[in-house]
Amino acid sequence: MSSLDKPAPIDAVRQSKVAAALRAFLPTSAVLFSAEDVKPYECDGLSAFRQLPMVVALPENELQVQRVLQTCHQLQVPVVPRGAGTGLSGGALPLGNGVLLSLAKLMRIVEIDPLARTARVQPGVRNLAISEAAAPLGLYYAPDPSSQIACSIGGNVAENSGGMHCLKYGLTVHNILKLRAFTVEGELIEIGGDGLDAAGYDLLALLTGSEGLLAVITEVTVKLLPKPETAQCVLAAFDDVVKAGQAVANVIAAGIIPAGLEMMDKITTGAVEPFVNAGYPLDAAAILLCESDGTPREVAEEIARMTAVMQHSGATEVRVSRNEAERVRFWAGRKNAFPAAGRVSPDYYCMDGTIPKRALPRVLTAIADLSKEYGLRCMNVFHAGDGNLHPLILYDANKPGELARTEEFGARILKLSIDVGGTITGEHGVGVEKIDSMCDQFRAPELALFHAVKHAFDAQGLLNPGKAVPTLHRCAEFGRMHVHGGEEKFADIPRF
Amino acid sequence: MEAVIRQLSQTLRDAGASRAPLRIRGGGSKDFYGNPTAGETLSTLAYRGIIDYEPTELVITARAGTPLAEIEAALHDNGQMLAFEPPYFGGDATLGGCIAAGLSGPRRPYAGAARDLVLGVRMLDGNGADLKFGGQVMKNVAGYDVSRLMAGSMGTLGVILEVSLKTLPLPAAETTLHLNGEEAAAIRCFNEWAGTPMPISATVWRKGDIGVRLSGAHAAVEAAAKKLGGELVAPAAAAHFWRALRDHANCFFAGDLPLWRLSVKSTAPPLTLPGETLIEWNGALRWLKTDAPADAIRTAAARAGGHATLFRAADKSAGAFHPLSPALAQLHRKLKQTFDPAAILNRGRLYAEL
Repeated sequence: MSSLDKPAPIDAVRQSKVAAALRAFLPTSAVLFSAEDVKPYECDGLSAFRQLPMVVALPENELQVQRVLQTCHQLQVPVVPRGAGTGLSGGALPLGNGVLLSLAKLMRIVEIDPLARTARVQPGVRNLAISEAAAPLGLYYAPDPSSQIACSIGGNVAENSGGMHCLKYGLTVHNILKLRAFTVEGELIEIGGDGLDAAGYDLLALLTGSEGLLAVITEVTVKLLPKPETAQCVLAAFDDVVKAGQAVANVIAAGIIPAGLEMMDKITTGAVEPFVNAGYPLDAAAILLCESDGTPREVAEEIARMTAVMQHSGATEVRVSRNEAERVRFWAGRKNAFPAAGRVSPDYYCMDGTIPKRALPRVLTAIADLSKEYGLRCMNVFHAGDGNLHPLILYDANKPGELARTEEFGARILKLSIDVGGTITGEHGVGVEKIDSMCDQFRAPELALFHAVKHAFDAQGLLNPGKAVPTLHRCAEFGRMHVHGGEEKFADIPRF
Repeated sequence: MEAVIRQLSQTLRDAGASRAPLRIRGGGSKDFYGNPTAGETLSTLAYRGIIDYEPTELVITARAGTPLAEIEAALHDNGQMLAFEPPYFGGDATLGGCIAAGLSGPRRPYAGAARDLVLGVRMLDGNGADLKFGGQVMKNVAGYDVSRLMAGSMGTLGVILEVSLKTLPLPAAETTLHLNGEEAAAIRCFNEWAGTPMPISATVWRKGDIGVRLSGAHAAVEAAAKKLGGELVAPAAAAHFWRALRDHANCFFAGDLPLWRLSVKSTAPPLTLPGETLIEWNGALRWLKTDAPADAIRTAAARAGGHATLFRAADKSAGAFHPLSPALAQLHRKLKQTFDPAAILNRGRLYAEL
């Protein structure tokens, strides 16, 4: 997939036929097809890729979702499911010959069971809305992708979203119990159960992170956890990124699983400090943010151990948040790293590789070398605890050749992630963006098996076709996330 | 070692050509589990050993035939553990069988199941193709999650060759308490406790006796023990108690009555079925020793939001695993066809038609 591909033309005859078929059971206002009406759906959070959908369907309940699928199947129209559209890999990019199936109107919290600590919610419910609804009960939903104020739970399941706290609390796949979903033919499947496991194959795991290619989710039962009583954060500065990387390993070696463990390099702290005034030590080569949560005594015990590890690891400065306001300030810069990149550079390009932590010095050194080689600055923000690296390459698309150099730089970072035993995407998904890099990560037999799995669910390839898994022919390099002049959708929500 | 894989792969191709079923086997500790399956034994024992273990990465990668005990010893030496507390059911359990069966022990509701900790697998599908999914990193969303699909698939989708698992540090402190309570009260307590930040790592109820294990930071364990009350169990006795529970080596699990495993909603009220009950996992796991008819048990489990497995029994004609809905059964058949088109792997072990 190339962001420079020309959008596909829309067949007007087909369009009116499909729209009429959908309007047979959906209100007129829930079937959009004029260019003006469907324009808001032309892209998701990856705005470099745009395509007007042939038709947008906005069902309000499960029965309508089922009928949309049945109708599209009957008419052999491809369907692209979409939640809040905040995804960063183009997983909800529409098709010019397809129906964009928005689940945004299914936004009811059906039930919260405080004793069983579960919530049953419709797919369009926002991630943060679940925690907000559970807060009076002392409970919350743990996975917290950076876009949690906007992103929806259905999309979280489709992408297996992570967040800042996954090392301790897991990804989406670890925090859901049951799904109601519809196959491409419109047949209801119930996956998982109210218990902790279900009979047969683990289809819950298979569907989580399947990027809308296997089924359309209409209800999710999530686990809720007791809210930690308190949290505190250690900020440690290092005069060398390798030392900071070693400190991360030392924390784990000490038997500590922090609630969050994040790294920012000097370019990043320099970029964010003017915007957030977090008081970061700007002379440090890298800083670590290491968080503990739990009961006050538990946190006090853990913070003392974390502080000792940082000092032994050669930190030049160690600060412990003294109150909640200071803790939030420590995190403010980290949470604003993406928007800050957009302010210090006309364009930036975000990568999402995950690497074994031991490879960090090698990868950071290589990125610094590549940065010199390509003459492009690169900010490194890093979910250090779980090895998920987000290099942000800063460039200016208006300078001739800079975009091409950026893409090559990015491709080499992804390749490097694979070479050190990591992966091309830790949490943003493949979508259309990294589809060609899948060819680097997997060999033909694995890709063939992915296609066969897809075929088992969707023999005709009508559900979100062209995403996530490249055809064996197209394995060539491309893709990545580009942001130009603040044109990013949802530019105002934090990204990390 | 690659020669072992070539040999295994050749065996699969030959079996596929003649449609001759194979029975995959590691240490044989779970021969009793699932439905009976016919065929030549395909042993994974020759493919053994830890491939990579870096404690600071929280990841261990080992071959399928590696004894679970060897893996846990290596982890223990480095202050780590397999947090899902895998059952052994005898001394010879291997990593491959552990993941293929997908069973987890007492710590499961608090630290995750076998499938939760799987990060990657290398496997042979029914055609003998050597495939790798997932990897050795915590976060990886490239491609479908075939690694976790393998957990609990009972060897019907492929021969697991290697597994990467997330490891976790051993808790700094651990305490076991003994309390008393009737079944309904115990279920309620378990669920109420689970909604608080107490570091509970195991719960059990049987015949009016409640066991609770606390694991974590010293301060947290002490505070929770004080809050819960009851009597402290001596550490050695406690370790023995939880190990026996994990491996079904205590007296509840003795005897010849069929043993059922009911995985249900944790808050489900006591199931009104004849027989003896033992409860784990905050109420989400109910073991039942009974000769009640399978239909009655499965109906009760389904009503409680879950499913029932005929875990140990001389007669498994009722089917070891809970029947699937027609829609799910069809997806299962298609996936089986995808991974093992000649239907040679552990035929019928999970469901008759797989």
